[in-house]
Amino acid sequence: MSDILKITDLHVAVEGKAILRGVNLTIRRGETHALMGPNGSGKSTLGNAVMGHPGYEVTGGKMELSGADVLAMDATERSRAGIFMAFQRPMAIPGVKMAEFLRHATTNVRNPDRKEGEELIPMRQFRKELMEKMEQLRMDPEFARRYVNDGFSGGEMKRAEILQMAMLRPSFAILDETDSGLDVDAVKLASQSIAQIGREAGGGKEMGILIITHHDKLLDHNRPDFTHVMLGGKIVETGGVELAHELYTEGYDRIRSAYPDAAAAEQEMAEEVAAS
Amino acid sequence: MSATLVNTGFTAEAFAAFMAARDEPDWLVDMRSSAFDTFSGLDLPTRSEEEWMRTDIRLLKLDRYALTANSPSDSAAPEALLAAGVELAGRSVSVNSQPVEGGLAEKWAKQGVLFGSLDALVESHANRIRPYFERQLIRTDQDKFSALNAAFWSGGTLLLVPRGVQVDQPLHSLSVMTDGGIDLGKTLVILEEGAEATFMAETASSAVGDGGLHCGSIELIAEKGARLRYVNLQNWGSQVWHFAQQMGHVGEKANLQWTIGALGSRLAKVNQHVALTGQDAEAQVNGVIFSQGKQHLCYNTHQHHMAPFCQSDLLYKGALQDHSRSVWRGMIKVDNVAQRTNAYQRNDNLMLTASARADSIPGLEIEADDVRCTHGSTSGRVDDAQLFYAMTRGYTRQEAVRMIVNGFFQQVFDRITIESVREALGEAIGQRVRDL
Repeated sequence: MSDILKITDLHVAVEGKAILRGVNLTIRRGETHALMGPNGSGKSTLGNAVMGHPGYEVTGGKMELSGADVLAMDATERSRAGIFMAFQRPMAIPGVKMAEFLRHATTNVRNPDRKEGEELIPMRQFRKELMEKMEQLRMDPEFARRYVNDGFSGGEMKRAEILQMAMLRPSFAILDETDSGLDVDAVKLASQSIAQIGREAGGGKEMGILIITHHDKLLDHNRPDFTHVMLGGKIVETGGVELAHELYTEGYDRIRSAYPDAAAAEQEMAEEVAAS
Repeated sequence: MSATLVNTGFTAEAFAAFMAARDEPDWLVDMRSSAFDTFSGLDLPTRSEEEWMRTDIRLLKLDRYALTANSPSDSAAPEALLAAGVELAGRSVSVNSQPVEGGLAEKWAKQGVLFGSLDALVESHANRIRPYFERQLIRTDQDKFSALNAAFWSGGTLLLVPRGVQVDQPLHSLSVMTDGGIDLGKTLVILEEGAEATFMAETASSAVGDGGLHCGSIELIAEKGARLRYVNLQNWGSQVWHFAQQMGHVGEKANLQWTIGALGSRLAKVNQHVALTGQDAEAQVNGVIFSQGKQHLCYNTHQHHMAPFCQSDLLYKGALQDHSRSVWRGMIKVDNVAQRTNAYQRNDNLMLTASARADSIPGLEIEADDVRCTHGSTSGRVDDAQLFYAMTRGYTRQEAVRMIVNGFFQQVFDRITIESVREALGEAIGQRVRDL
């Protein structure tokens, strides 16, 4: 189960303004997809819509997880169904320790039918696993005692998101600019970790990964099977890893001239943002 | 000893009958009589008075309440929350302002510790206790409620720890009210020079939805070098009127850690006053407030620096649900002799619903010129973005709200060094938080 995440003709609006204008994307477990595109093209919107953010209104299209209607699920149900996103700017939850937060989260995601108040993963088992994962990510054990994202540096937040992914073992993961704010060494470590987690995820079955990025470094250890380019709220072109390298080095001029309709939509969206 | 029901209300007849049923020393009889005169001469406060501006008690009818003659039993007592799993040095229970049971471990009794019913101990140890009564830390004529308590107090609790005695197990008191009942408790805690104790006081109704009237007083005295940890959990039923005057006196090099948990009552109007009376005295005041329904909880706090080199640190945190409202008015007062004062006050509020309201009014009144006094207050809502983030990690919405609320209180929980208190407060609040 949960082997295919299929998005068909997805339209999404934020505060009444159309952002996604018919996105088609199919991800199978074991596949790595890169999603690139200029700022404001709708990449993060796609991620948030997949996660069920209430501020992102789906105005058309379908989203299915191995046939199940994802749009009918709330964010809790989606995460328990195995969909994960590493956020670009994750929220701080002051007063709640990382370890405490993750113990609940891990229990909930691994036992999707759990009701509040039911038993958590035994502390010793959880701690052992958490410490192992933190060591792999070269995180200080003290990290587990800090409050969730509270006062974290940009790099710490990104690593904390990867740690959460490692613990939750999702079937599908969206990584939204997980490489931004990281130095070269940290990007390399993140890239290796994501690949390793991907192989381990879901009890040996591989993870389907969607990497949203402006660079190609994160892809070093996560060679994309597909690279998608988003422009003006649509995926306009799909290629292999060579497309990612091209976009990183050459930019989006070729894309804009090849897809004038999408470029016009991009222009329109930028003007709306400027006007508001 | 039993109180007698005459008529409802606090009339001269009721007072005479109340006094006739007691066998108290003359000096106490005089104090009560004088307080009753004060009570009779005062009107209920109104919103024209600054302190009562935000607190409307027009629906309170004092004459509907009276001390009852029913012989109480502790069968009315709900489970004590703070004492779970704790080995106690002593315990004391009252129901409807009448002492029911209690006891103090022999080990401590032998060392001269007095603990239990103030009503009984003021008769058996009159001369020992009299000087503390006569200090009258709480002014009888503060308002009609303080006069009422001074005249009619009953079912009170006393803790007296003699010089140098360190009671290393907590003491616990539980004051219970039945529906429509009354509690006029007076708590007197005296730690003599170098003494130490931890006292957990709980007030609760027999059932969550109960009504009644509580008009109480608390006086805490920590003499030179004494260390007192005092916890007060207010868990009255949702229809109880709750009025209290609370005063702590912290002497030279003494330390008071005072934690208030406020959960119950329909309306609370509490004055919590800490006076630092000797050099190098320290006080830490912690407040944990959770309100819901149509509750109105008003806490006036006062940190009064009367001597140099003292520290006071107050942190009140409140979470509000439904249409409830809280008012916190804080004052740091520094006398001109109190140089090198270090005083802090902070109030944070978390609104769980749009219709809840928190008023937060800090104040400073400083007469000395070499002091460090700071204050702060924040007010916010549970953030939708936080909720969404937690939900993407498998939390249900309600679970996420509970976690965020608990996190909000963590900073004050971290300061409460008694584990059973932290747990009881955390659990009680967790149970109250509903889905938004």
